[in-house]
Amino acid sequence: MTNWSIILSISKTHLLSRIKQTGVAALGVTFGIGTFIILVSFMTGLNGLLDGLILNRTPHVHIYNEIKPSVKQPIDYYEKVKDGFKIVRSVKPKFTQTKIHNALPLMKQLNDDPEVKGAIPQLKAQIFYVSGSIELGGNLVGIDVKEEVRLFNFGDYVVKGDPSALANYDNGILMGAGAAAKMSLDVGNTVQVSTVSGDVFPLKIVGIYQSGLSEIDDIQSYASLKTVQRILGESRNYITDINVKLYDIEKAVALAQRLEKQFDVTAVDINTANAQFETGTAIRNLITYAVSITLLIVAGFGIYNILNMLIYEKMNDIAILKATGFSGRDVKYIFMTQALLIGLVGGFFGILVGYGISVVIDNLPFETQALPTIKTYPVNYDISYYVIGVVFAMVSTFLAGYLPARKAEKIDPVEIIRGQ
Amino acid sequence: MGKEIILEAKNINKYFREPVLFHVLKDINFTIKNGEFVSIMGKSGCGKSTLLYILSTMDTDYEGELYLGGDKLTGKHHEELAKIRSKHIGFVFQFHYLLSEFTVLENVMLPAKKLGLKSLQEIEHDAMEKLKLLHIDEQAHKLASRISGGQKQRVAIARALINDPDIIMGDEPTGNLDSHNAQNVMEIFKNLVQERNLSLLIVTHDTDFATKTDRIIEMEDGYIIKK
Repeated sequence: MTNWSIILSISKTHLLSRIKQTGVAALGVTFGIGTFIILVSFMTGLNGLLDGLILNRTPHVHIYNEIKPSVKQPIDYYEKVKDGFKIVRSVKPKFTQTKIHNALPLMKQLNDDPEVKGAIPQLKAQIFYVSGSIELGGNLVGIDVKEEVRLFNFGDYVVKGDPSALANYDNGILMGAGAAAKMSLDVGNTVQVSTVSGDVFPLKIVGIYQSGLSEIDDIQSYASLKTVQRILGESRNYITDINVKLYDIEKAVALAQRLEKQFDVTAVDINTANAQFETGTAIRNLITYAVSITLLIVAGFGIYNILNMLIYEKMNDIAILKATGFSGRDVKYIFMTQALLIGLVGGFFGILVGYGISVVIDNLPFETQALPTIKTYPVNYDISYYVIGVVFAMVSTFLAGYLPARKAEKIDPVEIIRGQ
Repeated sequence: MGKEIILEAKNINKYFREPVLFHVLKDINFTIKNGEFVSIMGKSGCGKSTLLYILSTMDTDYEGELYLGGDKLTGKHHEELAKIRSKHIGFVFQFHYLLSEFTVLENVMLPAKKLGLKSLQEIEHDAMEKLKLLHIDEQAHKLASRISGGQKQRVAIARALINDPDIIMGDEPTGNLDSHNAQNVMEIFKNLVQERNLSLLIVTHDTDFATKTDRIIEMEDGYIIKK
């Protein structure tokens, strides 16, 4: 039979009567938890930002027609030299069209797949920006702008103007920031674009696009798919790339392999394209957790020390409690309760401190050319880190309290009372 | 009330194993009846305190058998003994051993709260009653560390009484008090025996104190030499 209200009241009196020591112990936990939350929120926020930078605008599977030599050369079909040693010199790439064959049915099939969040077409064209007598080389990408915004956060990278204008305005173009700056153009101006075959089209700039990577911003611009098809003089089914976004990124590899087999296309999955990426994220997470757990362990030792001292101070009290009918287990609970109360209070303030400083960091200005959409430091307010913090505070204070409390449980009251 | 046996010790033997094997208590046999005021006397080191701690159930490392109100205590589990202790046995020590961070009233209430048989209001009422009995009720809300030695000992007696025990045990309860206060405590004990039919078992080496009790058990070298 354990009477918790009395154990709680004794613990409370013990803690409050030495409020300074209690405060220091709780501060240790507060510091540990607070730092853990700040560190994890900031690090994962940064991770999310960097991941997003690549992952958001990288298709999970990218389908296109690659110009490459045939894998099976004609001689391979010749039965009579089947077992012979064949050498073909000066192999040329196979002549094929750059458009994806049967692109519209392929897209329809992908969009019907329940695993696919969306499959959207792109048309990449080589063009020149004509500025007086100067021609600047560049790329014009025809896109379905609403789908790009939905699936690849395209809107984040349009720093001026409105991406949806592209869908509404037939001759609109979103100029790359670098290219626009070179030609001193801005939203509302008209730019002359010339195709490889020499036709010149005037396009109205409805927005400025900035990816943060200057080699892209200097040459690449976007227009609607229809506009680019018209400039090139091609039909509605002329599509060079299909970008697929899945619900589960892990399935990208399997899908890419299946598509390559089923259709005569090249399909590259995101893991192959950005293999180095996950490694960086994993290592950053590892460092974050290692540092945080170290901090919490240090806080745990602080609690262990203070409780140990408290028990030596309280030898007489322990003896008297035991003599007046408290069992060893009651005494153990008294000290465990104290440890857990320290953990709870420290953890609570740790959450407040962690959240408070996270908010401060979140509002610190952080502006960089490379990341046009980022104005402040990124912070991840995931509730699970707060839960982990408190759980760890409770676990570490429980362990720190358990050993001294067990010692108190085993104290023999007779020895203490006789000893005086 | 009849004079039934409240506490009985049968063939109690006790050894200290550290630093060398030492036979402290040798074949201790005695009984205490209801309403009896008994003192145990003897020189320092004769084993009288050791005996008291065995009788109090705090020390379980002994041979022989111990009965409280006909109930065999020997061999019971610690938790169970703690319960029995809080219900049936009250303690007064040489040093008052109050919890210094609690008020006088809280100190008295603590064993009753632990026992948990009464409501908080009842416990508080009882505690005030006991303090009044010992004429110390006006100190009830002071911290235990803020009252004098004689007052502390009276608070300790009040605490021993809170659960209405069958027997009160004391280890030199007057040993640390001046003669005036010692006299005072003696009076309190006598009144308790007469008015409440309590049994008292007090270890002392104060002959004045012992002669005022109903019965003296004298000990020497681990034996009872005179009952």
